[in-house]
Amino acid sequence: MTLHGLKAIAAALAAGETTSVALVEAVLEKIERLDGKLNSFVSLTRDVALRAARRADAAISRGETGSLLGIPMAHKDIFCTEGVKTSAGSRMLDSFTAPYDAGVVERLKHAGAVMVGKTNMDEFAMGSSSETSFYGPVGNPWDLGRVPGGSSGGSAAAVAARLVPYATGTDTGGSIRQPAALTGITGIKPTYGRVSRYGMIAFASSLDQGGVLAPSAEDAALVLEAMAGFDPRDSTSVDEPVPEYSALVDESLRGRRIGVPKEFIASGVDPAVSAALATALEQLAGLGCEVEETSLPHLGLSVPTYYVVAPAEASANLARYDGVRFGYRAENPANLTDLYERSRREGFGAEVKRRILIGTFVLSHGYYDAYYLRAQRVRQRIAADFRHAFERYDFLVGPTTPSAAFRLGEKTADPVSMYLNDIFTIGVNLAGLPACSVPMGFDGNLPVGLQMIGKAFDEAGILALAHQYQQVTDWHRRVPPRWE
Amino acid sequence: MAFDIVALKHLGRLARIGLDETDCAALGGELGPILALVDQLREADVEGVVPMAHPLALAQRMRPDEVTEKPDRDRLQRNAPQVRDGLYLVPRVINGA
Repeated sequence: MTLHGLKAIAAALAAGETTSVALVEAVLEKIERLDGKLNSFVSLTRDVALRAARRADAAISRGETGSLLGIPMAHKDIFCTEGVKTSAGSRMLDSFTAPYDAGVVERLKHAGAVMVGKTNMDEFAMGSSSETSFYGPVGNPWDLGRVPGGSSGGSAAAVAARLVPYATGTDTGGSIRQPAALTGITGIKPTYGRVSRYGMIAFASSLDQGGVLAPSAEDAALVLEAMAGFDPRDSTSVDEPVPEYSALVDESLRGRRIGVPKEFIASGVDPAVSAALATALEQLAGLGCEVEETSLPHLGLSVPTYYVVAPAEASANLARYDGVRFGYRAENPANLTDLYERSRREGFGAEVKRRILIGTFVLSHGYYDAYYLRAQRVRQRIAADFRHAFERYDFLVGPTTPSAAFRLGEKTADPVSMYLNDIFTIGVNLAGLPACSVPMGFDGNLPVGLQMIGKAFDEAGILALAHQYQQVTDWHRRVPPRWE
Repeated sequence: MAFDIVALKHLGRLARIGLDETDCAALGGELGPILALVDQLREADVEGVVPMAHPLALAQRMRPDEVTEKPDRDRLQRNAPQVRDGLYLVPRVINGA
């Protein structure tokens, strides 16, 4: 079975050419056959999937339709799924069964989506390579010796290898867009507040946002319109109507203005990425857009700002893992302090501990003003750069990452070089804006990504730009050969 | 500011992460470059800039003060490492070791 777009799958289901149960069986068979090498899944949920598939088949036979109804998919293992293990890639939650569904999971279930499993990820979403998972690293389907990016690397690898038609992800500093770029698929991080964070295990609450990884912008639009929307259980959820994104992807782009921040094309970008970008910019101009160079002067400070703000928020959010109410508990604690300190020492991996310690440091007495408060001021500067740019432009575009996928283990010994891989994606999270990554070519046999950033709540705009770019290119249809 | 063993042990206590000498030796080498990275923030001119705590410049929403969900203790405690009679068990705190 070949999976080629949600519309085609929905049409096949509606016409009775296949059933949801048959799709689930085929997807699970393919995962069981191929995922041993990829390690993109941490759990398969066969029984849950088959029950949902039978319900979907019954609904379809009653004449019900829906763009996601009966179609298999996977959730990043950061979304709580009722009755199913939810680990966030951590030993800390290896024994945790979620007692309820996340808002995103609930909405997709309501749309008839059929979850077949949970995908691997960097521990608590802290990483850019999916190597910090307690369950081992994820491979890149284009080259198993390379990383798929992170932290949503399991979702990206599973979609890129066409194991599932789409998957959910989360993006705190680039964790949807960077893996989408490195695996040759489409990924969208919506505006902060667009998608509910209820039941999405928290990393950095002012930056975290759920989104979609799918082969094409059209598919991403169909999924996003089902998962976005107001949720009163998330105090930062925004009560704004959700447009029907999939109906807007063909809106004319004539006269739309695109800015290319010169900081995105600065030195440090690999020649193959620069060459692919130059071609992509010509193609965007060909769609009727006006393309010109602009500047985000403070963008260079986005990585240092992020590595104060995100660890600070993480150190507070991860304080809940104390070995008492849920999660990992050290054996034979001598006293309560020993219980806390050893459960956290043994339950968290090295990168998570580094970030909690950095966060604790920047919030501690004597350093708060110099680090945390200062970072919040620089964050304001970075957000203001974006605000000014969007007074002139409808979109900002550039490469998603400075280079194609790096080798497994290449950056694990040097956290700072790992952090700098997110230099083009982090500013968007600091400003809370929507952005997507679409495939724009190759460096050898490795895909590279084009980032499109929009105004707040203009997911429709970037999805239209991405979709129409995909009408004049075929990079998003390229599948790594051995996974066909 | 360098992270020596005294500073690291202090941070470990604040974060409730037990750190031994070996951990501190490794962390000293790892956290130093991260701090050097964030020290780039000193270059920025932030005179008069209002700190940004959040991307949405919105007031927090209020909701009616009503019960919206019933806690299901037994179900929630299924995830707990140790419970008895509906209580979470921890090592003795008073007169403990």
